[in-house]
Amino acid sequence: MSTFSDQESNDPGATLWRDGRPVYDRAGTVCVIGAGASGLTAIKNLKEYGFGVDCYERETGVGGAWNWRHDRSPVYASTHLVSSRPLSEYPDFPMPDNWPDYPHHGQLLSYLEHYADHFDLRPHIWFGTEVVRVEPADGDRWDVTTRSTGGYGAERTSRYSGVVVANGHNWAPKMPTYEGLDEFRGRVIHASAYKDATQVRGKKVLVVGAGNTGCDIAVESGQQAAKTWHSTRRGYWYAPKYAFGRPADQVNDSLAPYRLPLRLRQWLFHRVLKLTVGDLTRFGLPKPDHRVFETHPIVNSHLVYQLGHGSITPVPDIGRFRRNSVTLVDGQEIEPDLVVFATGYLPRFEFLAPELLGTDASGRPALYLNAFPRRHPTLAVAGLLQPDSGLFPLVHWQSVLIARWLRLRESAPERARAFAARVDAEAGNRWHSAKMKESTRHWFEIGHIDYLRVLQRTLDELEVAA
Amino acid sequence: MKTRVVRVREWTRPVPAVFREVRAATPEAPEGKPPLLFVPGFGHGAWAFAEHWLEHAASRAFPAHAVSLRGHGGSGPAPKATLRAYAHDVVQVATSLNRQAVLVGHGAGALVVAHALARYPARAGVLVAPVFGGWGTLGGALARNPVGTLPAVFGGPLRLSHRQLFSRELPDTAAREYTARLGRASARAQWQLLRHRAAEPAVGNPPMLVVGSPDDRVVPPSALTRAAGRYGVAPLLFPGMGHDLMLDARWREPIDAILDWLDKDLST
Repeated sequence: MSTFSDQESNDPGATLWRDGRPVYDRAGTVCVIGAGASGLTAIKNLKEYGFGVDCYERETGVGGAWNWRHDRSPVYASTHLVSSRPLSEYPDFPMPDNWPDYPHHGQLLSYLEHYADHFDLRPHIWFGTEVVRVEPADGDRWDVTTRSTGGYGAERTSRYSGVVVANGHNWAPKMPTYEGLDEFRGRVIHASAYKDATQVRGKKVLVVGAGNTGCDIAVESGQQAAKTWHSTRRGYWYAPKYAFGRPADQVNDSLAPYRLPLRLRQWLFHRVLKLTVGDLTRFGLPKPDHRVFETHPIVNSHLVYQLGHGSITPVPDIGRFRRNSVTLVDGQEIEPDLVVFATGYLPRFEFLAPELLGTDASGRPALYLNAFPRRHPTLAVAGLLQPDSGLFPLVHWQSVLIARWLRLRESAPERARAFAARVDAEAGNRWHSAKMKESTRHWFEIGHIDYLRVLQRTLDELEVAA
Repeated sequence: MKTRVVRVREWTRPVPAVFREVRAATPEAPEGKPPLLFVPGFGHGAWAFAEHWLEHAASRAFPAHAVSLRGHGGSGPAPKATLRAYAHDVVQVATSLNRQAVLVGHGAGALVVAHALARYPARAGVLVAPVFGGWGTLGGALARNPVGTLPAVFGGPLRLSHRQLFSRELPDTAAREYTARLGRASARAQWQLLRHRAAEPAVGNPPMLVVGSPDDRVVPPSALTRAAGRYGVAPLLFPGMGHDLMLDARWREPIDAILDWLDKDLST
């Protein structure tokens, strides 16, 4: 791989200009932003399809969200996968088969580091470098401006033939607003600042939100804190990690080949939950106001158990905060010392002008297959998915598709046009057969089987020689 | 045949973990050459490569490894193993290595490698005297060695004779000793050798090499040419050698040819 300094010294004539600043021409090289799980597989697959790749990573290691050393990593000490190993690994790089069904986040990091070494990806990654701006240039090319993380050093702009955005979507906390939150004297944190159980030990804790993180924290707090309230907006379906002695997602997926109608699958799942988890209203939880598959699946066997121990008290939504207490919508008054908002994250592409991804006023981008924006054929987003399975298999095939697409544009432009037309027509569609509850949480929600079936068709259609 | 993306069976019925015997030879001075993973055929274990090829590859600066498929050699027992389980063993060992590996399969191990290549983007694939199965393989084996082959049709072990595996250049005692060390594949895998779904295409488009002998009494020249044809290449031939090229008297020639090819092909 040639380096920037080679470009500078050997070929100053190739330097382009933009607004009076030099632009270094990286010719056919593709730029990948982020070296987490999505970025790594994008580098590997682009390499496999013969592209030169430069990846920019703001941290000094690979692994993105799964690297607990990173500022923006949301993992806490006890984080385990909620999808089982076969549904969570890269399809062409399986995890060791003697690992547990639901590996720990530390194992995930070592898996990603091994992936990077095995496929020799590190020489492509510029560590400690953050992307400041990505701007379109002539001929569907892109000017990417970078600088050292933290704003040190001069900015540098390079021109690429394509950009794959893989900056993750679980790092910019979404904080809710409540009346009186400012005057509340207790401690208020977002789940991203929750690292381990020492933070709740002996305290009175209110955990807000019933995502997988919220449930995990509520369970830990239930074991360690003096008192735990768990506030949820609605009733949810709490799937167990195991059903019939096997990982529950594998049991669920074993029905996939029969292509049963959604209603029948929902009915079956309700039956299984009824038999394995039982009636949750007995524990004081509200009855779900939706069918299963209509919200992001929550996989937690411990929560119900802790409810049964009485160590978690389920409470409804928060009405308002007061100086020393919290008033709930049902009028109850509780006095927590610590409030943990497990209210999720919002996607952020601060280096891209919103119109490039067709982002609407609420912040939701309009993408085909959650990856391809309209009118910018050489820009793609990898891993912007909330699947009901692990993300790695999906983002692997997504990045294979991106690599094939970029190749096909060069080798068979007339075949590429048909695909481009479909991107235009279908950007912003949802890729889930169930009707999802309206929430930022479900912007990128997909059913992994529905989504992979579409990917399969698209991959076959875009087939090119590697 | 296309690469399948929706792999429900693989997700919902994962292959169980088993202890896998891996023998290795490490070069004294690493030169950055890719690691090799040798995959023995049915009945053979990693020992078949530990005899000559591992050390020889290491002496030419290739880190060399050989795995015993489950139920073979020193690996854990697996009486019900399928082809998928064998391919899983290969992929598991390949991904455990620190660099992208070259997969080298011998005999039915070449078929296992063909399936593994669909699930792991290898640096290159080498098929040595590949047994890709089918009814023709059974017919040939029955004609040459009816006593050893017939029980396999009914789920019994397949007994290959030393006359099928080695040339006359190998001393009789050595040939008999090697033959006595042979184990067996599971009855299911033996059946799958006759009837199995064709392997999906290799992922990552690895360069392929097919090596064999026209005097192999397990793989007839026509089968060798057909196997090579699937990958659009012509087989590299070593006349006068038996099926077990890695154990036969002139074992050095084919391994040198493979390593030369790797040196040449992977440097570009």
